[in-house]
Amino acid sequence: MNKKALISTQQLIKHYPVGGGKFTALKDINLNVISGEFTGLVGPSGSGKTTLLNILGALDVPSEGNAVVLDHSIGNLSHKQAANLRNMYFGFIFQTYNLLPVYTVYENVEFPLLLQKLSHTERDKAVKQALEWVGLTDKIKSRPAQLSGGECQRVAIARAMVKVPKIVFADEPTANLDAENSHNILQTMLKLNNDIGTTFLFATHDEKVITYLRRKISLNDGEIVDDKVI
Amino acid sequence: MLSIKLAWRNLIGAGLRTWLNVFVLSLSFLIIIWHKGIIAGWDRQAQRDTINDEIGGGVFWHKNYDPYDIFTLVDAHGKIPEKMQTEIKKDKLSPILITQATIYPEGRVQTILLKGIIHSQTVVNIPTAKLSTNMEEIPAVIGTKMAKNNNLKVGDVVTARWRDANGVFDADELKIVEIFKTNVPTIDNGQVWIPLSKMQSMLQMPGEATIAITAKEDGLRKNVGSWIFKDHNYLLKEFKEMIKMKNFGGYVMWLVLLSLAWLAIFDTQVLSIFRRQKEIGTNIALGMTRGQVIKIFTVEGVMYGVLAAILAVLYGAPLLYLQAKNGMVMPEGSDEYGMAISDKIFPYYSFGMVLITATITLISVIIVSFLPTKRIAKMNPTDAIRGKVQ
Repeated sequence: MNKKALISTQQLIKHYPVGGGKFTALKDINLNVISGEFTGLVGPSGSGKTTLLNILGALDVPSEGNAVVLDHSIGNLSHKQAANLRNMYFGFIFQTYNLLPVYTVYENVEFPLLLQKLSHTERDKAVKQALEWVGLTDKIKSRPAQLSGGECQRVAIARAMVKVPKIVFADEPTANLDAENSHNILQTMLKLNNDIGTTFLFATHDEKVITYLRRKISLNDGEIVDDKVI
Repeated sequence: MLSIKLAWRNLIGAGLRTWLNVFVLSLSFLIIIWHKGIIAGWDRQAQRDTINDEIGGGVFWHKNYDPYDIFTLVDAHGKIPEKMQTEIKKDKLSPILITQATIYPEGRVQTILLKGIIHSQTVVNIPTAKLSTNMEEIPAVIGTKMAKNNNLKVGDVVTARWRDANGVFDADELKIVEIFKTNVPTIDNGQVWIPLSKMQSMLQMPGEATIAITAKEDGLRKNVGSWIFKDHNYLLKEFKEMIKMKNFGGYVMWLVLLSLAWLAIFDTQVLSIFRRQKEIGTNIALGMTRGQVIKIFTVEGVMYGVLAAILAVLYGAPLLYLQAKNGMVMPEGSDEYGMAISDKIFPYYSFGMVLITATITLISVIIVSFLPTKRIAKMNPTDAIRGKVQ
């Protein structure tokens, strides 16, 4: 049975102005990602992984071509619509965790739910569940500065997963972690992918991540050079 | 509601940094209000003292009298009309005869204004009762500043020289019978008060006066013949102008303090937006619109203002109350200001003044909080997420 694509791009191009001219970061990207995938955009630095991830995550817009995510054409969304799409359906995990330093672990994880205007009871239940998924229920009152890198990234995963999003975009999630923490994080994400069915899309050049991927889309100089299911 | 909740969480989470900002801002609030209170208190005290000690309910001037031209005194005297005499008998009017004279304290020459006043009057707060005494010399009362400047003490005798109605010089001995304390320099500096009847005979001007002060409570308030009635509006005009000028100085100080408060908030906001770029990018990635982020930052700025106002009330209200109750001792030399200023000023804080000052300060803080947040609208979220300087 053919599953409907959650993400679909056609002839997607992204230019950036550089000096008087322009730099093409993505060239003619055609891509489909279906629900439940655990897929990685793989390639060296400057290959366009993060740019593509940002466009698919509605944080940026294509210069030409089309990117449709969850039936929304990214290039045609208003700021408000894009924000709503990110808030309701996307989760983000960043290389540098991007936790809010003045918030506790609980408050960081709760943050996306506050934007969804859920009740206190609903938020509390979801936050505790998410922290249980990543094994951080004992750190609920800690602040990011009191946590290790691995713990911070687990909080970031909990924050991304707390609203049970359709897609999680993870940009170099293990780049700042040691091997052991990297494997723990990836196992956690894989487990969530299996248990909840959330689609994961990585941007990475970390071999440790690549071994966990079920589909590898290789980019080089802004072009897809290889796309294979492992 | 969400922006208030998140802004509050951000402020509390920032800990000591928040409270330092709030404290500095609260100091600005407090000093602005304190300074306005001092000016208001001074204004009230000076007006009250001037009315009690010098002008009562208003003053009748002889038509030729001009307090700014000493030479008019030669012609600025006349018979007190019948209608005014009646008031004088009821102690609702106090006539004063004024002339220029010279005294020679310790061999020095000092030009003074010699003022004759009825010893039994109670219209103004000058201890004229002490003038009711039989002695060889002319009894005189002077203010403390006059006494200090001329090294005069009670019991001292000093020679005075004047010209009578015919322009003939005459001289006699004055004996200081009382030195009184007043906050009104215009009845003290260079002034000597003697009995009116004595003065009228010295100048050969029986039944005459230069001015007449009316009682505060009631009495004549309209021109009588060639005697022109000057009311409070006229007599306090110059004083009010001076207060206006002091107030203007106060506004300048207010503006300086307010600018400091603005600067503190503006800098905090600019620094905050610069330092928290990553947070802003993350918030946008998590689903906030730029408008929501701007709102949070603006609310944070407003909260600084509100918290500062609350803090200012908590520690400032008791301080201001204590000072309003006990007064503020003025430094030595403040009596040289040229207007009625007491040794102690009791600041006056009206509810309206505090409310208006706090509201204006708060509104300006809100505006200043909002201005730097416009940078957020121009931010590229993908760069912000990485903390890239924009």
